[in-house]
Amino acid sequence: MRLTGYFIILIGLAGIHLSCTNRESAVEKATKNKILLFGNQTEPQDLDPHIVTGVPEFQIIESLLEGLTILDPQNLSPLPATASSWEISDNGLVYTFNIRKNAKWSNGDPVKASDFVFSFQRILSPALGSEYAYMLYCIKNAREFNKSQIDDFSEVGVKAVGDSILQIELCKPVPYFLSLIAHHSWYPVHPPTILRFGSIDTRGSKWTRPENFVGNGPFILDSWDINKIIIVKKSGTYYDNESVSLNGINFYPIENNLTEERSFRTGQLHITSSCPLNKIRWYRSNQPQNLRVDPYLGTYYYLVNVNNKPLDNKNVRKALALAIDREALTEHVLEGGQLPAASFTPPNVAGYTYGNALSFDTTEARKLLEEAGYDKNNPFPPVSLLYNTHESHHTIAQAIQQMWKIYLGIDITLINQEWKVYLETTQNHKYDLARMGWISDYNDPNSFLDLWITDGGNNRTGWSNLTYDSLVHAASLISDKEERFRLFSEAERILLDELPVLPIYFYTNVYLIHSSVMGWTPNILNNHNYKFIDLE
Amino acid sequence: MGKFILKRIFLETLPSLLVIITVTFFLIRLAPGGPFSSEKQISAEVLEQLNSHYGMDKPLFAQYFSYLLNICKGDFGPSFKYPGRTVTELISESFPVSLELGLYALIFAILTGILAGVVAALKPGSFMDYFTMSVSMAGICIPAFVLGPLLVLVFSLKFGWVNVSGWNTFSDRILPSITLGMMYVAYIARLTRGGMLETMVQDFIYTARSKGLSETAVIFKHALRGALLPVISFMGPAAAGMISGSFVVETIFSIPGLGRFFVTAAFNRDYTMILGTVIFYAIIIIIFNTLVDIIQTILNPRLRNY
Repeated sequence: MRLTGYFIILIGLAGIHLSCTNRESAVEKATKNKILLFGNQTEPQDLDPHIVTGVPEFQIIESLLEGLTILDPQNLSPLPATASSWEISDNGLVYTFNIRKNAKWSNGDPVKASDFVFSFQRILSPALGSEYAYMLYCIKNAREFNKSQIDDFSEVGVKAVGDSILQIELCKPVPYFLSLIAHHSWYPVHPPTILRFGSIDTRGSKWTRPENFVGNGPFILDSWDINKIIIVKKSGTYYDNESVSLNGINFYPIENNLTEERSFRTGQLHITSSCPLNKIRWYRSNQPQNLRVDPYLGTYYYLVNVNNKPLDNKNVRKALALAIDREALTEHVLEGGQLPAASFTPPNVAGYTYGNALSFDTTEARKLLEEAGYDKNNPFPPVSLLYNTHESHHTIAQAIQQMWKIYLGIDITLINQEWKVYLETTQNHKYDLARMGWISDYNDPNSFLDLWITDGGNNRTGWSNLTYDSLVHAASLISDKEERFRLFSEAERILLDELPVLPIYFYTNVYLIHSSVMGWTPNILNNHNYKFIDLE
Repeated sequence: MGKFILKRIFLETLPSLLVIITVTFFLIRLAPGGPFSSEKQISAEVLEQLNSHYGMDKPLFAQYFSYLLNICKGDFGPSFKYPGRTVTELISESFPVSLELGLYALIFAILTGILAGVVAALKPGSFMDYFTMSVSMAGICIPAFVLGPLLVLVFSLKFGWVNVSGWNTFSDRILPSITLGMMYVAYIARLTRGGMLETMVQDFIYTARSKGLSETAVIFKHALRGALLPVISFMGPAAAGMISGSFVVETIFSIPGLGRFFVTAAFNRDYTMILGTVIFYAIIIIIFNTLVDIIQTILNPRLRNY
């Protein structure tokens, strides 16, 4: 009996061994079939471009729908997409787009200018509750319609002239408008499909299910297994089908980055969405060709509650900012190629670079702290640093706590909170210092500097500076690039002098990529249109 | 027996469920933060629309009674996190995966646990006794987040026998089932061993041997039957625990089960999803405990009076 048992176990193991070891890896097989295997972080909330807000959703939607323009992955300049061409009025307020005659929905219907009008009306409909509706506020009367101040959508500056001409009138010149409209909030949806499953402003209808989805992008939605896989296949109706090399993409919602890395290592994925911090060094030494560290359009910083003592004192904030050794932090603690943030706006945002305003100067920092009245006789009062529970935030907070202790002799208490609790705490201004990060949706300095205007939704610091507000507002009204950048630069100078935020580092996007993936060009928006991707 | 079951359902199960729903409903509303709070501040108008869409603009007690009414109709409401999905849909799509994983883990735990328990009990105090008990004890001591990656390291990364993650082929089921079942192996082994030691010295075992039955028949036909009674009591909550999914195992192996929703719903403040999964798990646990009670009542009719 014992022998029989051993025999059965042996046969079982041999069976598994034979069935598993001699096979091709999933990546090898998929490369032959031109199917991209993509690690996509998490299960998407939905695939409705007017509802979703996250990166994993955008990664999928970008394959299924296409807006008027797309971004050139090389330099992020706008390229014609569903709009074959456009004209801009002399005052920069009216854009006239020519919709491609051969642009089709996946059910064969032609893409019309009126479909865009319908889509813009949908995302701006108050009842839809779209969190990204504000992206369209540059359109004349769009804000008023979204806030129910007007009810008639014909008053909004969007108009279809025939089937193939779309006219958009802006309320102010927006120099980055053609790039802005590449964002998914500007994507069209197929009106008859939307109306088949509800009204124009129905939230969460079943139109995004694979059996119902009608898109105009290079791929069509084939299947969607919750928390398992989303499969898209090459569309037969896409106008530029010949340029699309991939036959399909499999999106895997792998939340655990260690699991994702192991899946990559065993040939289950072409691309991951991240790379665990403790694996970066190993890949650098052993497989550098598979590791990518791309700059990313985002800043990691600490919010300062300027209403709390002693942080209401500008010199204290400056002292704290100057006593952070950002280079040591990025080089020895983070190790992910992050850039030390010596300004708030990352370098070269659509050509705008502020330069290095914040250095590591402990002598000056100590002097400023003394000027603020804190020395041995008058010790620094207790201050806390809040962050949401996460290993990397904790490590960074500990490192900075130590720097302030060594260089300034002050003690900071670290407090971590669960994500939603932390959000509520910062929203209610119940903190001294709090960690925060900002990833921009579009490539323009306005996205970073607009955050800190008085009473701005994301300005949780209590800081207000009317000169700053007027500079940012003035920059948003003009189209002359040099003058805009001058105004932004002046505003940022005020921000970095007052320091209601302490910039720490500029983000990078660290991920793993198989050598068979071609055309995956690094760019700061992490925008990779799949029609430019190939597998070899 | 029918009276006993009806008594269990109407006097114990339904009131327990009502208490669970009520406590969960109000507790999650007390937690700071809400389903719509995010890093990027949403406007007051959008927040108002979202609250109105999900009925959160009504007074809390009105929401509570409306929720109770809806679940009586089998409607657990829409998910806050996944706007295009209902809670019922998410549970019905992901529970079969957790059920399958739990069943495999259960089979693994029962077979391995009972075998280890029997082997250990046959020669108490021997090397085999200490060895099997030590190995099965390791199952309790090594948590799933250590055991899972260890198994992956050996069988996926080193030998390349099975995939690291996914839920597609039969071989994808092996490592997660072992990881999930391992914890229960030790309990079952120890309970079996204890039961066997007690049973093996009973008179009927000597009688069986004196009748000339083989040792295998004595162990498996006579001794094991009696020795498994404590294991059966343990199997109720154990089976419910395994079948209701495991967040850790599902995350390590990227398995599309319900365990992940159960935990992430709380982080996301997805109120309806939290309530849906809590009610669902509560029902499963109640059913399994009731089943165990019924089995025990069949085996020991005196329990019917309690």
